[in-house]
Amino acid sequence: MSRKLSYVQAFNEAVRQEMAADDNVFCAGEDIGAFGGVFQTYAGLQKEFGERRVVDTPISEQAIIGLGVGAAVTGLRPIVDIMFMDFICVAFDQIVNQAAKLKYMFGGSATIPLTITTGGGAGLSAAAQHSQSLEALLCHIPGLKVVQPSNPYDMKGLMTACIRENNPTIMIKHKRLLGMQGEVPEEPYAIPLGVASVLREGTDVTVVGWGRMVNEALTVANKLAEDGISVEVIDPRTLQPLDTATIVASVRKTNRVIVVHEAVRFGGLGAEIAAQIQEEAFDYLDAPVGRIAAPFSPVPFTPTLEQAYLPSAADIEAKIRAIVARPGS
Amino acid sequence: MELTTDVLMDMHRRMVRIRLFEEAAGKLAEAAKLPGFLHLYVGQEAVAAGVCATLSDDDQITSTHRGHGHLVAKGGQFNEMMAELMGKATGYCKGKGGSMHISNLDVGMLGANGIVGAGAPIAVGAGFANKYKGNGNVAAAFFGDGSTNIGAFHEAANMACALRLPVLFICENNEYGEFTPRNKTMAITDIVDRAAGYGMPGVIVDGMDVVAVHEAAVEAAARARRGEGPSLIEAKTYRFYNHHGIQNLGLKYRADDEVAKWRERDPIFTFEDKLIQAGNATRSDFDQVWGELRADIAAAIEFAEASPLPTPDQLLADVYTVMTGAAT
Repeated sequence: MSRKLSYVQAFNEAVRQEMAADDNVFCAGEDIGAFGGVFQTYAGLQKEFGERRVVDTPISEQAIIGLGVGAAVTGLRPIVDIMFMDFICVAFDQIVNQAAKLKYMFGGSATIPLTITTGGGAGLSAAAQHSQSLEALLCHIPGLKVVQPSNPYDMKGLMTACIRENNPTIMIKHKRLLGMQGEVPEEPYAIPLGVASVLREGTDVTVVGWGRMVNEALTVANKLAEDGISVEVIDPRTLQPLDTATIVASVRKTNRVIVVHEAVRFGGLGAEIAAQIQEEAFDYLDAPVGRIAAPFSPVPFTPTLEQAYLPSAADIEAKIRAIVARPGS
Repeated sequence: MELTTDVLMDMHRRMVRIRLFEEAAGKLAEAAKLPGFLHLYVGQEAVAAGVCATLSDDDQITSTHRGHGHLVAKGGQFNEMMAELMGKATGYCKGKGGSMHISNLDVGMLGANGIVGAGAPIAVGAGFANKYKGNGNVAAAFFGDGSTNIGAFHEAANMACALRLPVLFICENNEYGEFTPRNKTMAITDIVDRAAGYGMPGVIVDGMDVVAVHEAAVEAAARARRGEGPSLIEAKTYRFYNHHGIQNLGLKYRADDEVAKWRERDPIFTFEDKLIQAGNATRSDFDQVWGELRADIAAAIEFAEASPLPTPDQLLADVYTVMTGAAT
């Protein structure tokens, strides 16, 4: 049975079902208990599972991740919440030097089934310290897995997979998608990590994006179909490990590709994807790999500047029109 | 607290094991037989031995970059430890961790740690898991005086107290954070003053006296097991060698007579004298312990030297836990 749930409700249901199925799963974070979290992603869970399993912590991001690492290495399956993605910087040692590395440093003897959840993305006038998209920093660290769902169905399936995963995973919720509605099955299901989703099939150009940006790309693709431009839209869903094979197969078919993300362009994941495409599909390309991303600037506060900062549907449309207009071989 | 001869001799044995392992490691490093850094625990043996003598394999510890002593005291075996220091495939970490990340989860040792202060939050997580499972186990975080200046320590101490977790905070105050004396980096003399700020009891013990350390640890562990929360123990101690390596005298940052003065308070030799005076043991009992353990060390070096290095195909093993049935 499937019914409409919001992105937040889909997250919440995944956590609730996995907690019900496995007593080793617990949640800890700032304001997640009685309050349910600032985005209400943990709403009602403490009431249902009690204070033992849904724990309000001090505002101590290093200790929150450390709590998760220590509990994971001793047999629990922690879900720890870092309220805003920007705050992972406060906990970077525990994420990068501890969670990601314990297994390797210990010669494989440690297992770290840790899920870190956090809210990323701009568009709420939350300014430079509450709006960033820092996925590239995390994807650069061997030992971590990174996901960002773009819709409620993927949210539930990916969150379930994260909780069941035996490696440290980071679930990035996009703050502008929290209220997004979509069909979500009632029963538990996991979407395998590392498998991209082809959201729309097309033949003229491939657009790769995730989070809010892939939804913008989808809207643009539907519009351009009326003008006879056939756009294939791919959401990797898991950013580390990246499903390069699906992207490359698409590029070999369409011969043109654009990567769109909300993070800044320089050193963004788009650069990595572009590099992999030229390594794997150079001879198939009819145009340079296109990139649409934020400029190299902190996220501004005031709405006019924030809108200027964020990649838009208009940017995506213009880039698609330009790339398909370029003569092919 | 009246300690039995068995307990006293057990703690003595743990200290001698640490001393011999570290002296041997130091010599191997001097002979350029160990790759990487080496931070020796010599001088501080009473702290690890006194604490670990009240812990079981099911209790956990987190450690520091000066971590060999903690693993030895927790029950780490010479062969696998020496092999790890040499980067061999038979080491506890298959040659992927080395001195600074040596660990053995089977005896509850959650890793030496190359990041100052990083062990304490992990101990808090282990303590949380103990409370969550209701298994009666405790987690002890070993850390130096210097690491009490880093945020991770404060966050861990506060969280452990706020959540009333079974955690022991064991500060090894050896008076130097790397090469800088403690009085240049904090305005307090005693680390234990910090305990009140988190709402936990704190006690200062003579870190060169294994019995004093042990008695404090027994009390703190009992308190934690009763569900009454964390405690801080500050053990005043000293490292006989340099921050890293085996050199001890002639360096500018510590006066030679200061090192010599602390060496007079050697935690093993003073303990042996006390036990002989009290009639718990004789010199020949101790000679036998040293002799046995020297043979063990020699065998461990032989084992490690004869062990294979990891093959290059092991480079990418153990980055991730392989999920069966997952498409990764």
